[in-house]
Amino acid sequence: MSTTVTPASPPVATTRTGRAPGRRRMRRSGNAVTGWLFALPTALFVVLLFLVPLVLVFQMAGSNWPLLGGNQGINFPENFPKALDNRFFMDSVVFTLKYTVLATVLLIGLGLGLALLVQESSRWKGFLRTAFLVPSALGLASASLLFYVLYSPIAGPFAALTKQWGFTFLGTPDAALWSTLFLIVWRFAGFYMLLMLVGLQGIPEDVYEAARIDGGSRWQIFRDITIPLLKPTLALTTVMCVTGSLLAFEQFYILTKGGPDNSTITVVQLIYNVAFQGPNNLGVAGALSVIVLAALVIINIVQIRAFSKKAED
Amino acid sequence: MTALIEPPTTVAAGRPTEPPRGGRKAPRTTSLGGLAIQMPFWVLTAALAVIFLYPLVWTAISSVAPLAGTNQTDGWGLGNYITLANYQDGILQYIGNSVFVSLLTVVLTLVISLLGGYAFARFNFRGKNALFLATIAILMVPYATLLIPLYVLLNMVGLSNSLVGVALVLTMFQLPFSTFMMRIAFESIPRELDEAAMVDGCNSWTVLWKVLVPAVKPGLITVGLFAFLAAWNDFMAPLILINDSTKMTLPLAVSNLRGQVQGVVDYGATEAGVVVLALPCILLFLILQRHYVRGFMSGAFKG
Repeated sequence: MSTTVTPASPPVATTRTGRAPGRRRMRRSGNAVTGWLFALPTALFVVLLFLVPLVLVFQMAGSNWPLLGGNQGINFPENFPKALDNRFFMDSVVFTLKYTVLATVLLIGLGLGLALLVQESSRWKGFLRTAFLVPSALGLASASLLFYVLYSPIAGPFAALTKQWGFTFLGTPDAALWSTLFLIVWRFAGFYMLLMLVGLQGIPEDVYEAARIDGGSRWQIFRDITIPLLKPTLALTTVMCVTGSLLAFEQFYILTKGGPDNSTITVVQLIYNVAFQGPNNLGVAGALSVIVLAALVIINIVQIRAFSKKAED
Repeated sequence: MTALIEPPTTVAAGRPTEPPRGGRKAPRTTSLGGLAIQMPFWVLTAALAVIFLYPLVWTAISSVAPLAGTNQTDGWGLGNYITLANYQDGILQYIGNSVFVSLLTVVLTLVISLLGGYAFARFNFRGKNALFLATIAILMVPYATLLIPLYVLLNMVGLSNSLVGVALVLTMFQLPFSTFMMRIAFESIPRELDEAAMVDGCNSWTVLWKVLVPAVKPGLITVGLFAFLAAWNDFMAPLILINDSTKMTLPLAVSNLRGQVQGVVDYGATEAGVVVLALPCILLFLILQRHYVRGFMSGAFKG
């Protein structure tokens, strides 16, 4: 076990291939062929359903490609200025970034907080872990539908209250954003708590012991020991959370439908709308996808760099 | 690595007998004074538990509670479920679609990751590392970025508007996690086990089937559970790949059901739909919680 959760190895930077423990020479020469046969289904899926579509999206981005008409030939780079000129492009980028920052801060903070709260084992804490984790079993779409009713001014449990106090959950841009954030925290906090627990478990006990002998206060121990030693986990969860939030779709598609006043359109929603609702332009949608992919790669590289630099300090 | 066979119990919830991991030992006092000191902790955690459980409990209760504008206007009863059952082609049709997609995804994911994990853990072949990296790279590419070209590709090969197509796509999205999980599951089994079986005259296929499959069973359960939850709940793949309303999966059907009657949302039927969607997931999660937790302990979410 300890090998998989030791925080000592910088997990984000290491490639997973380095994981194989010193393997011996293979026994027979026939092995290579047999190995390929066993790997063949994986290879077929990866090539046909991942690599080919990935190439295709780049081709789309450089082609005039209406949804119904099919490929009408290359028009590079026309789709890119069109994508950037879309009247929702800037708004959706700004909104997605804002949402990502808020969601990441909330989820990482609460995930860590909940993990610290239920870290030791007891019957009650076991129950708490389960309670926090149950929403993670729901799909994001189911959770969004659930909160769609919960936030409703007609059927929700707070309907009378909202009328009396004159507020709505989804009526204004800010309310819609925070209501969606609450849904996301509800759905994902347990998930991040679990990842944090795994990280916390990797911190050796004697480090705490030594700190206590030196007379460190709880806060000092948390700041000077838990946080630095948890850095690999924090890096992993942050990267995961940022990636997930940048690609947010279902919660806004179901809960707010991009409203009110198109204030909650995310980038992925924009791609979906361009491709299937209205313009039906797969070329421009492809261009947007390529832009998002590039942005995501850059953002993740920056994050991993930042975290590994801090780890060296 | 033993985690795969015996998950550490500290995190595995619902196993209360584990001695507390030193760190910040909770003062185990049962005296009245001890309870008083612990009071803020109890109040805080109880409030948190309520916040997390309340939406689920509320939805379940109000799905059978009376509400104007639904099929259950006075008294308690299953009116909302009747609305749901009669929605368009009948909810059974959509449940059937979802079950089909989920089971096909689970079976495909299990078979492919079992064979793939075995290949990656036990064999050396050209392109092995490249293939493994390509599999993991699926995680890095946005869902929407792939779904649009997949929509075009599936159209080309006659799998447009097909539940099989959806299952194939969902299986592909499961491969990074499941392949990684199965690879470390196989790697945690000592090679001496296969070698002994080889001496006894097994070939690599019978070794896998007779000796190794039983040994990696916990890993398979975890992979299958994650594949089921992902497939049953997926919204975006069917949204893009399915046009025909008879082929909608359950999340899509419940989502569409909201805007049916002249734009008036039937909240009661939506609640019933959420219950039908959530119930199998919550039950499976509670039954297989330790296997769920193992998915995290494995390190499959690292790196």
